[in-house]
Amino acid sequence: MVRLKNVFMKCYLALILLFLYAPIFVLIVLSFNDSRSRVTWGGFTLRWYSALFSNRQILEALRTTLFLGLGSAAIATVIGTLGAVGIQAMRRRGYQIAMSVTNIPILNADIVTGIAMMLWFVRFIPLGFGSVLIAHITFNIPYVILSVMPKLKSLNLSIYEAARDLGAGGVYAFFHIVLPQIGSGILAGFFMALTMSLDDFVITYFTKGAGVNTLSTMIYGEIRKGIKPEMYALSTLLFAVIFVILLLFNLLSGKGKNTEDIIERSR
Amino acid sequence: MKKVIYAAAILLFGIFALGGCGKEEPKEYLTVFNYGEYMDPDVIDQFTEETGIGIKYEEALTPEELYAKYSSGAISYDLVCSSDYMIQRLIQEGEAQKVDFSSMEYADNIGDRFWEFSRAFDPNNEYALPYFYGTIGILYDTTKVNGPIDSWGVLFDGSYKNDIIMQNSQRDTFMITLKYLGYSLNTSDEGELREAQELLIKQKPDVQAYLVDEARDEVVAGNAAMAVVYSGEAYLGHEYNENLAYVVPKEGSNVWIDSWIVTKNCKNIEAAQKFLDFLCREDIATKNFEYIYYSTPNEAVVANMDEELKNDPAITPTEEDMRNCEVCTQIDEDVVTLYNELWKELKADGGE
Repeated sequence: MVRLKNVFMKCYLALILLFLYAPIFVLIVLSFNDSRSRVTWGGFTLRWYSALFSNRQILEALRTTLFLGLGSAAIATVIGTLGAVGIQAMRRRGYQIAMSVTNIPILNADIVTGIAMMLWFVRFIPLGFGSVLIAHITFNIPYVILSVMPKLKSLNLSIYEAARDLGAGGVYAFFHIVLPQIGSGILAGFFMALTMSLDDFVITYFTKGAGVNTLSTMIYGEIRKGIKPEMYALSTLLFAVIFVILLLFNLLSGKGKNTEDIIERSR
Repeated sequence: MKKVIYAAAILLFGIFALGGCGKEEPKEYLTVFNYGEYMDPDVIDQFTEETGIGIKYEEALTPEELYAKYSSGAISYDLVCSSDYMIQRLIQEGEAQKVDFSSMEYADNIGDRFWEFSRAFDPNNEYALPYFYGTIGILYDTTKVNGPIDSWGVLFDGSYKNDIIMQNSQRDTFMITLKYLGYSLNTSDEGELREAQELLIKQKPDVQAYLVDEARDEVVAGNAAMAVVYSGEAYLGHEYNENLAYVVPKEGSNVWIDSWIVTKNCKNIEAAQKFLDFLCREDIATKNFEYIYYSTPNEAVVANMDEELKNDPAITPTEEDMRNCEVCTQIDEDVVTLYNELWKELKADGGE
């Protein structure tokens, strides 16, 4: 019986890997294909990668994407962390309301968020890089809150209280006692926000101004006349970057600091 | 923890700093809306270098998407490039501004016949400047057909069973059938449309598939003897497989023209005209042609083309090829409904 279960588990895993990763694998292989055709193999080449890096448009979009991703993730991390601390301190009712409000942007369809933001922005500010940045910060905040919250919940409050008893100010105690304990959650939130921002197409598409392109909106504009092999190379690189970020994310959220360490350090 | 924060701060700062360094910002800007992959990026840079006018460049995939984005009003565009029927719609809705083409230095490079074709959607040639054009024709594998192909008849006479790829697009498929029957492709006559549908139903057993973008690939890969394709696709197909040839059948076909208009929102008309004039200049038009490889209406470019391109009907259709061609115009709402109905019946029909 156990054996049968194992077989099923392995099959299941194999199927998941097949359906999730086989298409990506094909994409990666095609990015090294020396023929423009999708059906014939023309030998190994790196020329699509070199073409990619000499294409100014693509580099410009890459810069915007990174700029947007890191900027929005950083700002969202600060706001989200402060928000999480505040929400944690709320009473039961307020807490529940605040958490539901936080969850709505995650559950809401991107297209609704995108169009709503566009309508809102058009009224007040010209669409441009700024509008996309605000939009990205907005949809990133809930992810930060959600990844900081569990750390706050498992926070040992007595240490904080002990620090206060021993004369530490609120801010000092926050930075030296609370922050190290929830640090891994904050970092995880940052990476999560970064991935979400790199990933987004729909919201960016609706809120961007003329001439502002992220990689995803640029690729979308380029596919009109068939997908160029440079795009395979670019997608491969994007996949690699996201993969590395996810690895980092898992590594960081895996090792939490335990209470003893903190007590040890604050001595 | 602290180290990570410092590292992140340095990284962020680096990227911001990178963003800061660049050429000095232009004082005036034009917002240009075009299809994706439809202008050499160097052309945009060169325009800014020569005139000091910056370009904010936006792209769309289809005429419908372009129209939706344009009319949402989120971004105020100065110049828009779109397809004939969409330009017609924009002109009719009063979105276009009259342009004085006679005052432009290089507008004469655009051949007279293209201004004539433009009259289908811009009757007095007041608004639209032709940019690129093309035809619909048959892309075929010369090793798989018997004798010369010069008529839509080969698609309908049953001699290439299960070897034909048709366009999976109502208007395109009906268009060529109407032309074969000798009618106008803009007809709204129900009898003519029904006759076309009957012929298409009869043809169905010979059709391997109704495809859009993959039509070309199937012929390139040798899976089909012929396909109905756009001339731009045909040129690319020829690049992959040299046995392929393209023909605009003698009964005539559709000629599509993508054109530029200046929108009514454009404040800086002088700059917009400068940009249009720039696009007509021979060196710039050549650059764009070599980037896109669609047929160019710019006769100065055609005159200096390689012989091979000049003789390729996918790039340079002759006057003879174009004689029976028509521009497709907007059709009325009720005709659209009829089209939808006929198309559904056609696709639902089991053949035999």
